[in-house]
Amino acid sequence: MLSRVADRIYWMSRQMERAENMARILGVTSTMVLFGTKETREQNLLAPLTITDSGERYFSQKKPATLRGLVDFLALDPENPSSIYSCLRLARENAHAVRWQITSEMWETLNATWIEMKRVRRADLVGAAATDFFDWVKERSHLFRGVTYGTIVRGEAFNFSRLGTFLERADNTARILDVKYHVRLPSVEDVGGALDHYQWTALLRSVSSFETYRALYRDQIYPIKVAQLLILERRMPRSLAACFEQVTQAMERLQGQHDRAARRLAGEIFVRLTHADIEEIFQGGLHEYLTECIADMHELGGRIQKAYLGTA
Amino acid sequence: MRAANGKVRPHFGPIAEWLAKTPAKRVAEKRREADLLFHRVGITFAVYGDEAGAERLIPFDTIPRVIPKTEWDELAKGLAQRANALNRFLEDIYHGQAIIKAGVIPPEQVLKNPGYQKEMRGIDLPNGIYSSIAGIDLVRHSDGKYYVLEDNLRTPSGVSYMIENRKMMMRLFPELFERQTVLPVEHYPAMLLETLRAGAPPRVRDPMVAVLTPGQHNSAYFEHAFLAQQMGVELVEGPDLFVKDNTVYMRTTSGRQRVDAIYRRIDDAYLDPKAFRKDSMLGVPGLFAAYRAGNLSLANAVGTGVADDKSTYPFVPEMIRFYLKEEPILANVPTWQCRDPKDLAHVLENLAEMVVKEVQGSGGYGMLVGPAATPKELTAFRKLLKANPANYIAQPTLSLSTCPTFVQRGVAPRHVDLRPYVLSGKEVKMVPGGLTRVALKEGSLVVNSSQGGGTKDTWVVE
Repeated sequence: MLSRVADRIYWMSRQMERAENMARILGVTSTMVLFGTKETREQNLLAPLTITDSGERYFSQKKPATLRGLVDFLALDPENPSSIYSCLRLARENAHAVRWQITSEMWETLNATWIEMKRVRRADLVGAAATDFFDWVKERSHLFRGVTYGTIVRGEAFNFSRLGTFLERADNTARILDVKYHVRLPSVEDVGGALDHYQWTALLRSVSSFETYRALYRDQIYPIKVAQLLILERRMPRSLAACFEQVTQAMERLQGQHDRAARRLAGEIFVRLTHADIEEIFQGGLHEYLTECIADMHELGGRIQKAYLGTA
Repeated sequence: MRAANGKVRPHFGPIAEWLAKTPAKRVAEKRREADLLFHRVGITFAVYGDEAGAERLIPFDTIPRVIPKTEWDELAKGLAQRANALNRFLEDIYHGQAIIKAGVIPPEQVLKNPGYQKEMRGIDLPNGIYSSIAGIDLVRHSDGKYYVLEDNLRTPSGVSYMIENRKMMMRLFPELFERQTVLPVEHYPAMLLETLRAGAPPRVRDPMVAVLTPGQHNSAYFEHAFLAQQMGVELVEGPDLFVKDNTVYMRTTSGRQRVDAIYRRIDDAYLDPKAFRKDSMLGVPGLFAAYRAGNLSLANAVGTGVADDKSTYPFVPEMIRFYLKEEPILANVPTWQCRDPKDLAHVLENLAEMVVKEVQGSGGYGMLVGPAATPKELTAFRKLLKANPANYIAQPTLSLSTCPTFVQRGVAPRHVDLRPYVLSGKEVKMVPGGLTRVALKEGSLVVNSSQGGGTKDTWVVE
């Protein structure tokens, strides 16, 4: 497959997944700011900026730290390259450039999503309507992934699409989990009060795993178990381990042998996740562990870009 | 559709009968269905100068244009003859220049022409073919004779519409195909692939073919993608290719892959910033050197523009006599060269009755249709002509044949032309028919899609 085409497909999938994750983060933030003291509300409000690494950009525009301002910036701002608006636009643009190498259903899904996105007004993103919008973004992403899985031939286009999706998702899960570090230092035994319970619950909900937690652990919400679920639990499709299972599988299916550096690193990360122990991770520091994970994933992204997709 | 005596020409009988019998409502429904299908598949073209590169459909008319096979057979002979002579001409002017030495065509007409590429001198091409794909525009005069309006030897477009129009007609009106034997056109991409492979460097056993496009913002991008997909070859952009040791490679996810034959839809000037325009972002540095070294074939070859220039056009009948020792089967339209003061005087005097075109123009841009022009437009064009006469040629306004076409008020006659696609490889081939373009405005003679023209399916019937 042409590197340019693979690049478009990889990024198309990353951008759609990114839009979904942004919707998840904003959805949960809109709930979180309803609880707690003024101070914790403010902390919660800033969490999305921390997760998406865009605080500097946001405050350079001298915007006030309000939910409204945040939603404007992260959902609708055409100037912000990671806003939902920009992600949906870029995903559609990438699909347009390779519409002959993907299925017409994939193209039509992204095209229709973008056409609808352009109709969304600022006034539509207040209160309950905002929740509807975030749910819509999630649904469009589910639809796109399902359409992709259900229609595209199992070949390089499929492999690069999966690679993009799961690398983006792993990165996002790691960042979401890490944000609790900024909000409150986790300690192994700490259960926290009612407020903390809400926050951990919200975090689990943001990655669709509250019910999974209950089903798997039948227990109260302990930070260490949340971390176990989101990092190491392979049965949970948004965990790092599950994502890297998909990433390594996709990479094994790729043709050619000139990319050892990328394959090796993906394999290493997966093996580490498979054999890790959550207690040890906590002893070494959850934040330190996640920071390293995020750095490794960044490095892997760079190696994939170099080995397969061209540097353009 | 009608002969001079007003009777329906026999080959159009079944359609005329069908038109008379089918309720207008059903036909209107079918037209809407066609629009919807074209939109969904994304058969669109971009219009230059339109805001935001809007994508539009080319209006599709559901009444086919019908040509009897006997008439087509004669046309096909004439087209093959013309394509042969033009290829012989191109080979000659980049080698011995016999035609210039014989005084058949003035040296400045060839050597000073902006389409003449000096870099091509002395390069031998497989089978001596320069224009592997030629689009030759024809019009049928009310006298029943076909005339060649112009030759397109660089990157003639529109063939995807020929194929898609047929697909659409078979889908919408299968019953029409039961009444007549319509000769197929769907095998064009297979023929094109064969032609491209035949033109590849002779020592390559299993040549790798690719289609080179300027990218998705080009007006004909749909066609580039369509042809690549139908032939089962890669659609590449300039940055996908690189040249090493005079060999062209594609960048793929499993490393570099050699390319032997390129169907390029990029103009000469943008092909290679090292050989031609230095600011080209669309081209591939070193491509021309690989071409010169014989490691790559290009379809069409570099430097074919000199032969389809509108000021070269009047010499084509002489080329046929000179190279093939035959009489031209297809006639030219009488043409005045404005750079000749005598011709210019004649054109200025009769401007209101003439069609004036830029010699290097295409797409219906920058032309004047005298009978349709306002006095103001005529005055303005007169100035342009006087300022740069060599930039223009003029032809009499022909009384073109018409074809029944759906318009707002129902069915009405509209002017049509025909572009068959002539493929030259080891031999000359073409599918029966071509692209019929129709001027949708009443009385208009301009059929270009960029100027509000539409298309029709073209039927060659037994």
